[in-house]
Amino acid sequence: PAFGLFIFTIARDPLRIIILIAGAFFWLVSLLLSSLIWFIAVKASDPQDERLQKGLLIFGVMFSVLLQEAFRFLYYKLLRKAIEGLVALSEDGCSPISIQQMAYVAGVGFGLMSGAFSMINLLADALGPGTVGIHGDSQLYFLTSAFMTMVLIFLHTFWGILFFHGCEHRRWWEIVAVVIMHLTVSGLSFCNPLYVGSLVPSYLLMAAAAAWAYLLSGGSAQNLRRFLLCKC
Amino acid sequence: MITFMNNSDSEEEPCNERTSLMSAESPPVPSYQDGLQASEAGEAQAHRKRRAGSSRGPNSIAGGQTSGSGVPVRESALENEEEELTLKYGAKHVIMLFVPVTLCMIVVVATIKSVRFYTEKNGQLIYTPFSEDTPSVGQRLLNSVLNTIVMISVIIVMTVFLVLLYKYRCYKFIHGWLILSSLMLLFLFTYIYLGEVLKTYNVAMDYPTLFIVIWNFGAVGMICIHWKGPLQLQQAYLIMISALMALVFIKYLPEWSAWVILGAISIYDLMAVLCPKGPLRMLVETAQERNEPIFPALIYSSAMMWTVGMAKTDTAARGPSQQTWDAAEDGRQHLRSPSHAESQMSEARNPVPTRPVTSLEELEEEERGVKLGLGDFIFYSVLVGKAAATASGDWNTTLACFVAILIGLCLTLLLLAVFKKALPALPISITFGLIFYFSTDNLVRPFMDTLASHQLYI
Repeated sequence: PAFGLFIFTIARDPLRIIILIAGAFFWLVSLLLSSLIWFIAVKASDPQDERLQKGLLIFGVMFSVLLQEAFRFLYYKLLRKAIEGLVALSEDGCSPISIQQMAYVAGVGFGLMSGAFSMINLLADALGPGTVGIHGDSQLYFLTSAFMTMVLIFLHTFWGILFFHGCEHRRWWEIVAVVIMHLTVSGLSFCNPLYVGSLVPSYLLMAAAAAWAYLLSGGSAQNLRRFLLCKC
Repeated sequence: MITFMNNSDSEEEPCNERTSLMSAESPPVPSYQDGLQASEAGEAQAHRKRRAGSSRGPNSIAGGQTSGSGVPVRESALENEEEELTLKYGAKHVIMLFVPVTLCMIVVVATIKSVRFYTEKNGQLIYTPFSEDTPSVGQRLLNSVLNTIVMISVIIVMTVFLVLLYKYRCYKFIHGWLILSSLMLLFLFTYIYLGEVLKTYNVAMDYPTLFIVIWNFGAVGMICIHWKGPLQLQQAYLIMISALMALVFIKYLPEWSAWVILGAISIYDLMAVLCPKGPLRMLVETAQERNEPIFPALIYSSAMMWTVGMAKTDTAARGPSQQTWDAAEDGRQHLRSPSHAESQMSEARNPVPTRPVTSLEELEEEERGVKLGLGDFIFYSVLVGKAAATASGDWNTTLACFVAILIGLCLTLLLLAVFKKALPALPISITFGLIFYFSTDNLVRPFMDTLASHQLYI
């Protein structure tokens, strides 16, 4: 589905593609820094201690989430500057791409990159021979990973919109809400392999974020109804 | 005020050796990229205005910084308009370059991942005489540095040789050389490649079919690259030969040498293009003085060009460029007298073609395409291919390098729009790529692996 999003909405406009790739790049850099921190922490600690390792991992995850949001903020700043430049350039005084579109594309960029990093090794291994969950792990590993990744990609997209909107209108609580949501989702994934605990709330959160982002972007129940009715 | 050149050049001579036993011809030379064709000193000024303007708010578009009198406002409006168009097309150009680079990388990565041949070590080129199979780390490092020095010096010698030939107008020799090397690439390497791919997928093909296929492929390729042909086909062929070349490099360069060579080549590229006595820069300037296009077989161009000057072997990348008019879409091919397309856009820069163009002069103005040298394609693909081949984190690392290179390309194009002269396309991208490769391989991979094993998501 994320790819579908990409093809239908982004691939047309070259500017959006650039913003997408730049968004992916920012996510990558944030991942790099957070894994650097984690790596240092691991090297500096005792490799035998299981609980410590797990604790470090959790710490790494949380830190990574915070870094991602920080980078989203940095990216927002960069895009603001870029928009001013584009506006100054354009003929009729308004930029060829609005900040909301940018927010959307940035969110998709983040999401795609994070999804790719989560899934792609899995997919490559899935092509090869083997049985899932042979050592007593869950047999649904691939499926749940796929769903989780998808929900995460969508969530990143919505968070992008919410975050930028919050930054635009200086509503700090929106930004904080995004960060908390992100932390929650990551934290929920600690419940794995108890999939009920992680997948269901994530989807609920995603629905909530979707509705919120939709409302923020100017949609409303009426629009939705009109859209659906027109189509059928 | 700065004056800008609008030409840049990229060259590379395809490498012709296969194993250390064959005789070598010209090795590839790093290339740098050509700028947007529409540039003018005024645009830089307008650009600077834009930059200042953006800090003042979006309303001071035209003439914000000028004295405010009629003429300068009009002038700056004109310049601004041109500038906008340049930058508006800027995004489009970036994409026009993204797509082929991506395609090339995809081809290389796909081949590396599937065909075993290119990851086996079967000997080394004679350009890298020192082996890396030594027991100690220090020795290995030393050998790779020595290999790099040898390779770079070969490249420098070849480049200087080419520039000298160009200066003394030995065109026939150069063309013969290029034709010979592209012939070799197209036929021999394709044959090997096809053979390996067929082997991997266990598909049988008899010799006559093979002969016909390769003959057709090679002949059409030669025509497309060195003479006239549809733009897309030419682009496709250039991508194919870059990919083939990159695969050869990946196979035959030993590990550490490859990374050191990549680093050294970006430095060399930087120097060769920007230093006043650098060979590539001299080549560009000479070409500009004579108003001739640079050798068509060495550059990838994303838009069409009219043939200029050297009629015999110019590659006219015919075919509509993307901002076209219907008139241009006829693919008219005129030999023009020397003031056009690449170098002289500055003269022809009159009202920017936003309306349908009918006259021939105005048709020239639209040939804005960005040119990227084939060497750049090759080295980008070598980086990504090496990442795919040797990284133990496989796809993550490859993906990271890919994004890094694309961002580097974006930044380089941005700089190009700012400076408007020939810029080396290698350094930024390769630097990013190298940083990301090493850091992803060593830092991110354990992190992601641990996360994946616990199925945690960040």
